[in-house]
Amino acid sequence: MHSQSYSNSDADIIRLENAEKIYQMGKQQVRALAGVTISFKRGGFWAIMGPSGSGKSTMMNVLGCLDHLTTGHYILEGQDVSTMDDDSLSELRLRHLGFIFQSFNLISQLTVQRNIELPLYYLGWDARKSAERAQELAHKVGLEGRLDHHPAELSGGQMQRVAIARALANDPQILFADEPTGNLDTATGEQILQVLVELNEQGKTIIMVTHESHVAAHSKHRLHMLDGLIERIDGDN
Amino acid sequence: MHQIKIVRNILSGIENLLLHKLRSLLTMLGIVFGVGSVVAMLAVGEGASAHALEQIHKLGSNNIIISSIKSVEEEATATAHSHMSIYGLTYEDYTRVVGSFSTIEQAVSVKLLRKESRLGERAMELRVVGTTPAWFDLVPRDTIAGRVIRAEDIQDEAAVAVLTEFGARKLLATESTIGQYIRIGLDVFQVVGIVKSEGGQAGNIQIPDQEVDVYIPIEVARKYFGDITTRRTAGGREREKVELHQIIVQVQDRNVVESTAKGIEEVIKRFHKKKDYKVSVPLALLRQAEATKRTFNIVLGSIAGISLVVGGIGIMNIMLATVTERTREIGIRRAIGAKRNQIISQFLIETSVLSTIGGLIGIGLGVLIPSLITHFADMPTVITPGSIFLPLFISAGIGIIFGLYPAVRAAKVDPIVALRHE
Repeated sequence: MHSQSYSNSDADIIRLENAEKIYQMGKQQVRALAGVTISFKRGGFWAIMGPSGSGKSTMMNVLGCLDHLTTGHYILEGQDVSTMDDDSLSELRLRHLGFIFQSFNLISQLTVQRNIELPLYYLGWDARKSAERAQELAHKVGLEGRLDHHPAELSGGQMQRVAIARALANDPQILFADEPTGNLDTATGEQILQVLVELNEQGKTIIMVTHESHVAAHSKHRLHMLDGLIERIDGDN
Repeated sequence: MHQIKIVRNILSGIENLLLHKLRSLLTMLGIVFGVGSVVAMLAVGEGASAHALEQIHKLGSNNIIISSIKSVEEEATATAHSHMSIYGLTYEDYTRVVGSFSTIEQAVSVKLLRKESRLGERAMELRVVGTTPAWFDLVPRDTIAGRVIRAEDIQDEAAVAVLTEFGARKLLATESTIGQYIRIGLDVFQVVGIVKSEGGQAGNIQIPDQEVDVYIPIEVARKYFGDITTRRTAGGREREKVELHQIIVQVQDRNVVESTAKGIEEVIKRFHKKKDYKVSVPLALLRQAEATKRTFNIVLGSIAGISLVVGGIGIMNIMLATVTERTREIGIRRAIGAKRNQIISQFLIETSVLSTIGGLIGIGLGVLIPSLITHFADMPTVITPGSIFLPLFISAGIGIIFGLYPAVRAAKVDPIVALRHE
């Protein structure tokens, strides 16, 4: 069963097969993912929804190569990553994935420019090229003139724009957004979502976790989770 | 490429440390004082032993010094009236010693006298040494003016005198005195030179020229003044007969110094009923000084080790706190794609930079303190390259050793947990 060819049409960027994630909580076992099989198409914009405890965060961590599956397979770009070691997963995140978080997760001691350059630092880019790239990205997300600021000097919306610029620095295939508007007011949140929609239109695959339907409304597909399983999928497919 | 990366990592480490200036400074402090005290203590230790070694080298490390001493029995009987003490080394001893050992390269016999001397109007009691040209090879000192005693002087029994700095000062002699005549006792000598002299003492051996004012050829001293000296004392007159006061022997190389000294002692013992001589070996002092230095270094090393370990623990302590505080940052870096090794090296570089900079400041401190000690306490201090580089390497090493555990802790941080960390 494991050796079956993952008939992987080029359109599928991500496939989960019988994905199970079991946490040991004291004596109790929690099945955060209870055997999920699903494909995500390249260029999609997905919203993963569900109440807390439904497994959507676990789903996100697994898809984002931050967590291992207990059993099952995770095929990313035709590559089975479920058995990869920590270093290889780090390499995958570095080269192919981008992350945006609810609380922005910028490094407060570093300037906007240094924050955006962070992935490039680990990619081994030289300082001049990195600076150029940071400038270009800042322009793209509307942060011109803020490169020398520290995160604390920015508004929430601006901080999230820095986070987006950072997530884009390595030109990732997939962008993960974990409640990207959770800490923003509605208007600002709307703007950030607009940026995500534009990025999706430019070809980025986006997977977003949210529990708010008006946020999810910006996505093309909505994946509802409940008790570690996919309850239903809706949206234009 | 790889080097550029290392340089970049170090630069970003420095950048990170500069973000927390006060904390970085406090973290460094242990290493600063550790290294500072090590450098300072080494400098003081080196200074003390260098001073001792210099004194010993003035004696000549290949020399053996045989001196006449009044035996205990002689001292006891010397109080009797009109008694003449006869003791010490003899001319025969000299011939026997020189003839018995092939390891001896040069030897010099020495007569010590005290004579009323006069240059012009100036009259002083001088300490006169009758000796041979070999003296000036065995106890080498710079010539200030003129020349020293030559072989011809011995042959011709020339009445020539070479003043030491001490003697020149006593008689107020200068360079222009050369060629002039001085009176020693009742006889007239021509001054042919002035030499430098050294004072002081090394261990329990006196430096040979410490108490010399003027040198004259030994044959002349014997012929003019004889072997008997008379001294007025409170109780009357004290008469002594001493043929030679000192024999200084130089051997070919260091390895045979001690065995030759033992042999000489045996030879002299055979012809002396009383213990009226003493054999001293400057090399033995040298060995002793070196052993003392070794002990000193071990003690110092332990203290240094302890203080550096304490400094290292200080670094570890603060780095562990830093890791906890920066958990979120670590999580962010990991999520972005930093590998565990990259996190480890980031923290290791930060601690190494800290401890190395601390070490450098410590060296500055450690160089400053000895110069203050020299200035205020008048103690010699010597800073060697070793006493600077060793603590520097050790402090860098301590940064790595004590930084390793916090760095590994940092790398083990689970990015998922870390990202939720507040």
